[in-house]
Amino acid sequence: MDWHQLWEIMSAPDNVPIIALIPLLAFYIFLAWRQAHANDLLIEQLEGDAALAKTHHRKAWPFKPGWQKEVHVWPFLLRVEFLAAIIVTIILMVWSITLNAPLEEPANPNLTMNPAKAPWYFLGLQEMLVYFDPWIAGVVMPTLIILGLMVIPYIDTNPLGAGYYTWKQRKFEIGTFLFGFIVLWVSMITIGTFIRGPGWQWFWPGQTWDHNRLIYEVNRDLPDLFGITSNLGKAIFGAAVVGGFFAIGGFVVHALYRRYNSKNYQRKSLLQYSILMVFFLTMIGLPIKMLLRLMFHIKYVWITPWFNV
Amino acid sequence: MADEKNANGKNGKSVGLVDRIKEDLNSLRTDLPAKAKEQVEGLKNPTKTQLYTSIFRHKHDDTPRNRALGVLSNVFLHLHPAKINRDAVRYSYTWGMGGITFYLFLVLTFTGVLLMFYYHPSKVQAFRDVLYLEHDVPFGKLLRNMHRWAAHLMVIAVELHMFRVFLTGSYKKPREFNWNVGVILLVLTLLLSFTGYLLPDDQLGFWAVTVGTNMARATPLLGHEGPFGAQMGMTPYNDVRFGLLGGSIVDANALLRSYIWHCIGIPIIALIFMVVHFWRVRKDGGISGPNSVMLESEIKEPRK
Repeated sequence: MDWHQLWEIMSAPDNVPIIALIPLLAFYIFLAWRQAHANDLLIEQLEGDAALAKTHHRKAWPFKPGWQKEVHVWPFLLRVEFLAAIIVTIILMVWSITLNAPLEEPANPNLTMNPAKAPWYFLGLQEMLVYFDPWIAGVVMPTLIILGLMVIPYIDTNPLGAGYYTWKQRKFEIGTFLFGFIVLWVSMITIGTFIRGPGWQWFWPGQTWDHNRLIYEVNRDLPDLFGITSNLGKAIFGAAVVGGFFAIGGFVVHALYRRYNSKNYQRKSLLQYSILMVFFLTMIGLPIKMLLRLMFHIKYVWITPWFNV
Repeated sequence: MADEKNANGKNGKSVGLVDRIKEDLNSLRTDLPAKAKEQVEGLKNPTKTQLYTSIFRHKHDDTPRNRALGVLSNVFLHLHPAKINRDAVRYSYTWGMGGITFYLFLVLTFTGVLLMFYYHPSKVQAFRDVLYLEHDVPFGKLLRNMHRWAAHLMVIAVELHMFRVFLTGSYKKPREFNWNVGVILLVLTLLLSFTGYLLPDDQLGFWAVTVGTNMARATPLLGHEGPFGAQMGMTPYNDVRFGLLGGSIVDANALLRSYIWHCIGIPIIALIFMVVHFWRVRKDGGISGPNSVMLESEIKEPRK
């Protein structure tokens, strides 16, 4: 166990935000979960008691008849905002006094940093470079992430859960978002920051970053495993596999979604449903491709003269 | 002052010059103390002065009306409604991340403008300017640290804000469009942070931006290493990466382009989107909740 190495990575000034992000995220997930749980219990109670549902104020927070439903912004909201501003300022002040912004040697194109890392918020994308060609990891994926986020309000037809925390009323939506945000975004950033060392090789926390380490990995392409050698054959085979993933995976997701989320399924138009499918399958395609690489050393699935997937 | 009427000679009585001057001197003696007394009396109640009432348009006694006016008649506060849902001030619901993001943007603008006084976006000067800031400018180190940490914090705050908005379903009708404005603001925040990364012109920034922009080489159709790039006639000297960097490597032009995007271009664009974002929060009915929970049995299916 190389504690010095571990400390060097953990205390690198630019890594501190990620160290901060993880407990912050845990805290806010806890906060959200607590309220979602309280609301879910309330919903269950009200579903079983129609008379209560008519009279209840329908929040997990206390409310008594006679209490005002609205409060003045001045001072009740403004004092919260003012406090937030003060607290953030204090945090920033303390942080800026105790920790210096990093400054390395002057830029030198002839001396490559190893590892050369993007800013921490892009490390998830850089990590994807291991599994995908740059045009997918660096261009297509960010575009799909942005587009995918943008279509959310238009394909989420579930009318429940607007304006309050809940889990039971929106399991699929929240589950999908948590998967995308926590598993694919935050954990990839964490891996890119703390695990990836020189040569972008995998170093467990506490392992010494060995700049001379070599790993002999024979990566194969999926068509090779099936003995396909001609270019045309590889292109057709790859298209069939990728197409097959979307067709068969799509059918499986369709069957599950229809069965367990039938009301939302009925609410969706064909366009909404197909957009959901495309983004959802692309998203679960990521970890599948990663597993193929990590477990079976498969580099490409689809090989054409112009691009490889 | 009945004599004054005579002074202009309208009544036919002529008044001598000496008398007139005497009269004026007399007025100094009698009028000024009276006016001074009036002035002092007036100051005893400063809220009645013209200066004060021209600035503050209403009284400040603690009445509901004045509380409302305090918000409505102030250009900065009138982004808020006068009254809100009693639970909407709960921190556990809102997390305050949107507001904190905006506050951090203000902090960054303030520290950024100060940093600009000490920084030249040229290859010869940039790194030395940062050294100068760190070692010679009073509070220069604090300034730079604060700018950097506020930027990181802003990225975190934006992500948490989006997380909260998703978890509370706040993007749902009628707030779909504002969610999209928010996504664009998220991208702009990341771009702001990324363009700032190069500016110290050190190894860290240089290689981070090299790694980042190398991806642009692989843009389908528009990058010289991307799918169908060669077929589109792309070379290292005319593709999208060349446009971003102003050259085929990260050099002086890239530094200048980063600087201009970072200090002028993106902040202006972000500001426009922020204005729309805040405006739409109000127009779409204020903060989304906390709403009363809705039951499955109460859904009204829209007519198709």
